[in-house]
Amino acid sequence: MEFGIVELSRLQFAVTAMYHFLFVPLTLGLSILVAIMETVYVTTNRPIWRQMTKFWGTLFGINFAIGVATGLTMEFQFGMNWSYYSQYVGDIFGAPLAIEGLMAFFLEATFVGLFFFGWDKLSKVAHLCVAWLVAIGSNFSALWILIANGWMQNPVGAQFNPLTMRMEMTDFFAVLFNEVAQAKFVHTVSAGYVTASVFVIGVSAWFLLRGRHVELARRSITVGAAFGVAAAFSVVLLGDESGYNTSHSQKMKLAAIESMWDTHPAPAPFNLIGFPDQKARETHYAIKIPWVMGLIGTRSLDTQIPGINELVDKAQERIRSGQIAYKAMLEIRAKDGNVDPATETLFKDHSADLGFALLLKKYVDNPLDATDAQIKAAANDTVPQVWPLFWSFRIMVALGIGFIGTMIYFFYRASFRGMKFPRPALHLAVWMIPAPWIAAEMGWFVSEFGRQPWTVDGVLPTALSVSRLSITDVSLTLAGFVLFYTVLFIIEMSLMLKYIRKGPFQDVEETEAWTNRHTARLSGQPDGAAIAMPGE
Amino acid sequence: MILHDLISYEALRVIWWGLLGVLLIGFALTDGFDMGVGALLPFVGKTDTERRVVINTVGPVWEGNQVWFILGGGAIFAAWPPLYSVSFSGFYLAMFVVLACFIVRPVAFKYRSKRDEPLWRARWDWALFVSGAVPALLFGVAVGNVIQGVPFHFTDDLVAIYEGAWYAKFFGLLNPFALLAGVVSLSMLVMHGGAWLGVKAEGAVQARARAIGSVAALVAVLAYVLAGVWLAFGMEGYRIVGDYATNGPSNPLHFEVARSASWLSAYHDRPWIAIAPIMGIVGALLTFVGLRSGREVSTLLFSKMAIFGVISSVGLTMFPFIMPSSTDLRSSLTVWNSSSSHLTLFIMLFATVIFLPMILLYTSWVYKVLWGKVTEADVRDNGHSLY
Ligand code: HDD
Ligand code: HEM
Ligand code: HEM
Repeated sequence: MEFGIVELSRLQFAVTAMYHFLFVPLTLGLSILVAIMETVYVTTNRPIWRQMTKFWGTLFGINFAIGVATGLTMEFQFGMNWSYYSQYVGDIFGAPLAIEGLMAFFLEATFVGLFFFGWDKLSKVAHLCVAWLVAIGSNFSALWILIANGWMQNPVGAQFNPLTMRMEMTDFFAVLFNEVAQAKFVHTVSAGYVTASVFVIGVSAWFLLRGRHVELARRSITVGAAFGVAAAFSVVLLGDESGYNTSHSQKMKLAAIESMWDTHPAPAPFNLIGFPDQKARETHYAIKIPWVMGLIGTRSLDTQIPGINELVDKAQERIRSGQIAYKAMLEIRAKDGNVDPATETLFKDHSADLGFALLLKKYVDNPLDATDAQIKAAANDTVPQVWPLFWSFRIMVALGIGFIGTMIYFFYRASFRGMKFPRPALHLAVWMIPAPWIAAEMGWFVSEFGRQPWTVDGVLPTALSVSRLSITDVSLTLAGFVLFYTVLFIIEMSLMLKYIRKGPFQDVEETEAWTNRHTARLSGQPDGAAIAMPGE
Repeated sequence: MILHDLISYEALRVIWWGLLGVLLIGFALTDGFDMGVGALLPFVGKTDTERRVVINTVGPVWEGNQVWFILGGGAIFAAWPPLYSVSFSGFYLAMFVVLACFIVRPVAFKYRSKRDEPLWRARWDWALFVSGAVPALLFGVAVGNVIQGVPFHFTDDLVAIYEGAWYAKFFGLLNPFALLAGVVSLSMLVMHGGAWLGVKAEGAVQARARAIGSVAALVAVLAYVLAGVWLAFGMEGYRIVGDYATNGPSNPLHFEVARSASWLSAYHDRPWIAIAPIMGIVGALLTFVGLRSGREVSTLLFSKMAIFGVISSVGLTMFPFIMPSSTDLRSSLTVWNSSSSHLTLFIMLFATVIFLPMILLYTSWVYKVLWGKVTEADVRDNGHSLY
């Protein structure tokens, strides 16, 4: 890949988005776990749960700060680096972004301050409400941004308007209830919940391995595992749902993930592993499981899933149809919309393929001048690079299945084995901490890289979407972001580690007194009840 | 959907033009004092405890305030896509500098007090100063450029092209008029920060903040009046010529635009808008008096009035222009040719009518809970729970 302005802009977006998503999943999940812990505190009044709330809350705060800082970049990057994109689809895409601000960001950001500063200023119940509002705000923000992103994958409820040269919204509810967006939302927030569970279990396991903060750690594992079991199942089930959606909204992406070059008679087999070869258009050393692909992709045994080669042929047809739409569009624009009904109908009939004609802009200024060879090349461009998709998808799925196993195990030990965990399991939990982040980043990679060459599937090619900036402009900012983000990452990691090592440091005496009394009572010591609590 | 025909396209455009102003003003009124406080930090806080007092006056609220900035971005995207597209890609490197500041600031607030080393804290103080002062200056610079017109044009396919090499684009922004506008906004926000600290701090910190804030108020008035004189005698305004539809399709290339007379001729056509600059000037002068004489809450209100007046005077003077083009007049963005579609504007208005009052309500509640001064004793006793 030569590095022109398009590639640089893509790289910058990828770097900043993937960096943002290092912090997002933990915010999504930990905000809820912290609120759950505080709920237990408010209902049982046991100081240990307040201590847990504050301890995990501190880690949440460190993570949240960078989540906010890096999200800001994202909000403005569409205009900065993708100005034609913003102009072309802003009418639809901007709305969920703005509603996200109104409905979600204000909620989480206004109350997060009160969460940390309000312990002495609010009643217990009011503070609990604040904690839940932060969690709800964060999760709402995921909903709206994924509605925006879902529209890029499956652009429903919109139509091209030749007079304004852009896509315009025709049906807001179609955008809102876009099935792709809904599946994405549940899959992504579940991924966040898994991430937070694995994080809480891992850090607690580390405490247990050193024999520190045992009471806090055991209870945290219990909460984390209970939440985690549900989340791990839901991430896998809804991942399957995403795959099913992809099979009708983005057939090329699905074929690429599967490295399925030729259409296979239904039901298609699933390539468990193999080595995709883009040039030869085949997959070497594939290990196939019969039927499974057909079942996942179509939930039936008799519907065919088209292979890459067939989809390229289809793309050629769509490019030619797009040329007709393009020609009609030029005429409509030249006459300011006052054209004969025949032209209008012609445009309507072919406007769904207009985006395919725009693929030709990479080769010729006027898509109508394209040669057969250029049309063929443009059709070939619709195939994303297969092997990265193939492998990242498999890593995500393998980790997902792994999480189910681990979560069930920890849940079982916590619930039925008296919160006692064998050391190897604790070691495993510590080592597993990075795994959900890897799975989530792989997931985004599959979803976004698999969408290429489109920014908006079938509507607007990536190559056209960029701002007309100079290479220097984007190189400077890319270098700036990388530098900034690296420094921030080092600082954030060092603070995280510092505060994990430090352990819980608030409400220490009260919690200790309570714990002593609690263990004494549990072990039936007669004087257990005699240990006084401060303030009693 | 038929519902959106309830409000005409033209009316929706004007409403969204107004809401754009509301968002910018909301941002300046709330996040404005955070930035002002950041810019004041090294001068009003001499010891670590004093600096922590300063930081903790905005500690619990800056995060919510910053969302006005984010919402500003999102709302421009949704309601004025061409503006979003042209301005952010056109002011590319300046935007990057602003973003860098907004990235550093949250982290500086959160992390400063997480370690005790003086060097650690001194670095974050510096970061807070820069990330408060620089955006405050650059926002004014951006407005100054918009008033003069910006060198961009659209191709027939509506691809926005901003003219000039990257260094010319960046340093071209820093022209004399724009810098003057930058001084207006920086001094205005420093004044606002001073008024805020006047309410939330006490003792030495409060006294220093008042002294500096009152100077800033005077600078703001002077620079603002000077900019007005410049507009009257040194610069041509823009106007749409010929027939045009106020409810037509949003295509900037459809209008004929000319430069003639001064922007200030708007005050001849619509004399009532003079109320805005009057509010700006009188508000800043009253803030000056209030800061000098030690009144607290009323001073903050006057400072808000000044900001309201200054920002709305820019919008009202330029109406219906939003972002004129200096090199290709007909590419200029106006209220009538660069909005979203009728349906999108309606849906967004619906969302705003529901959520904005809620936001104002719970934000006020949070400010009420946090009401009261931040004292040195507070920050000393709450080493962990405060910044
Ligand atoms: C699935 C979830 C998700 C995804 C895909 C994204 N974000 Fe995000 N974002 C969040 C979930 C989130 C969050 C959980 O709400 C954050 C993360 C950490 C945080 O503090 O809030 C957040 C913070 C955050 C902020 C700061 C909000 C504040 O001040 O509270 C902005 C402006 C954005 N994001 C914008 C974006 C944009 C423009 C994205 C698309 C490219 C994006 N985010 C992807
Ligand atoms: C936070 C999670 C996300 C991650 C990790 C992510 C990752 C990526 C990656 C890797 C690319 C580069 C793809 C390529 O060029 O090969 C990309 C591009 C892009 N993504 Fe995402 N993305 C995320 C969320 C989103 C969301 C929520 C949106 C929209 C609302 C979005 C919009 C875009 C756009 C506009 C581009 C640039 C155009 C393109 O390359 O297609 N992304 N993203
Ligand atoms: C068996 C398990 C899984 C399956 C079948 C699965 C399936 C999928 C599919 C098909 C996509 C692409 C959707 C699209 O392109 O529109 C995807 C995306 C994604 N996956 Fe998974 N996934 C699984 C496990 C996981 C796990 C364990 C995580 C993280 C902890 C995860 C995180 C993500 C994320 C963040 C995305 C991008 C957002 C989205 O498109 O929903 N996935 N997944």
